[in-house]
Amino acid sequence: MAATFKFELVSPERVLLSVNAEQAVVPGADGEFTMLPGHSPVIATLRPGVLDVMSQGLRKRLFVKSGFVEVDPTRLTVLAEKAFDVDDMTPALLADEIKSAEADLANAKDDDATSMANTLVSELKRLSNRAA
Amino acid sequence: MASLKDMRNRIASVKATRKITKAMQLVAAAKLRRAQEAAQAARPYAERMDAVLAGVASRVTDKTSGSPLLVGTGKDKVHLLIVMTAERGLCGGFNSNIARLARVDALRLIGQGKTVKIVTVGRKGADNLRRDLGKNIVERIELTGVKQLGFSNAEGIAHKVLAMFEAGEFDVATLYFSEFKSVILQKPTALQLIPAKIPEAKDVSVKTATAVQDYEPGEDEVLGFLLTRNVSTQVFRGLLENAASEQGARMSAMDNATRNAGDMINKLTIKYNRLRQANITKELIEIISGAEAL
Repeated sequence: MAATFKFELVSPERVLLSVNAEQAVVPGADGEFTMLPGHSPVIATLRPGVLDVMSQGLRKRLFVKSGFVEVDPTRLTVLAEKAFDVDDMTPALLADEIKSAEADLANAKDDDATSMANTLVSELKRLSNRAA
Repeated sequence: MASLKDMRNRIASVKATRKITKAMQLVAAAKLRRAQEAAQAARPYAERMDAVLAGVASRVTDKTSGSPLLVGTGKDKVHLLIVMTAERGLCGGFNSNIARLARVDALRLIGQGKTVKIVTVGRKGADNLRRDLGKNIVERIELTGVKQLGFSNAEGIAHKVLAMFEAGEFDVATLYFSEFKSVILQKPTALQLIPAKIPEAKDVSVKTATAVQDYEPGEDEVLGFLLTRNVSTQVFRGLLENAASEQGARMSAMDNATRNAGDMINKLTIKYNRLRQANITKELIEIISGAEAL
């Protein structure tokens, strides 16, 4: 059996997912990185994007909207404000999210907020294009 | 002297009241369970947040140049009190206890020559503080239509507070809410929100674990990110604790009311029976003495 680590996705409201995973690709603010068991401890902020988790041979794709990850050799904890399973996303739901993200983009005050909102919009659009 | 009919009406009315308070108690009990579950579900996030924040903050050695969210603005001239109460009454001393704690603090700060601004969350707190501190209330947030408290509610409040902070409208922010100790005990609490009170790293393992940690993009960026998130998290925690406390307070208040109504019904029923018997005796005496006179 392949070595695993504990993968946890926690939202402010509840624990969304808690599994043993073999590998996870995390959309970090400075670029994506792959987490394998025994990864050195890191705390990283996230940009909007898709988290790719391999768990017991099953691939799970989760869309996260800002947050941060805490990594140590045996555990990966994702603290995300908003997250959903990509497979559960319907085109209608995506359209709603895109609309609210675009509103955020229009309201963004500084560069940071603008670039965050921009990534969010483009990531969501990419997802909806793929779904269509 | 009340007539028999009056007393019957009175008993019926108290019985109706008892039914209502009993129903409210049961509803509160059901809602309390839900609120407790929500508070419990939110705990892992808050705990991880605290631990990470404590780890990061302990690494930032230069405490003076850090983010104003952590070290403050260097002044404490203007205080912002965020007073969180319920939207509805009939829950014992719940609302007034929180309001009282906030009022005492507000008056003390005013006495020290500080400026006090108040943001109320929940209708009851605003009503309570309006009389003597009405001019200090800068914003009233109401969550009347909210059925299930979500993180977005907390974020909304936090964003308003942060926007005010960035605009330099206050130096210190304190959160007032009721901490849920148990069903019968809710403790009004003041929690300093800005500058953030950093929780001490609880055990050594946390400290040593964070000692060799990498930060991406950098420590300062991560800390800045965490501090703004922390405001929302604390507000959310306050909202959830408050929701559970409110239901707990209402449950025990309604339990008391139900018991009082029961006592009252017993007393009234005894009185009613005595009066009825007295009336019967009186009528009998009248009949008998009438018969004897013949």
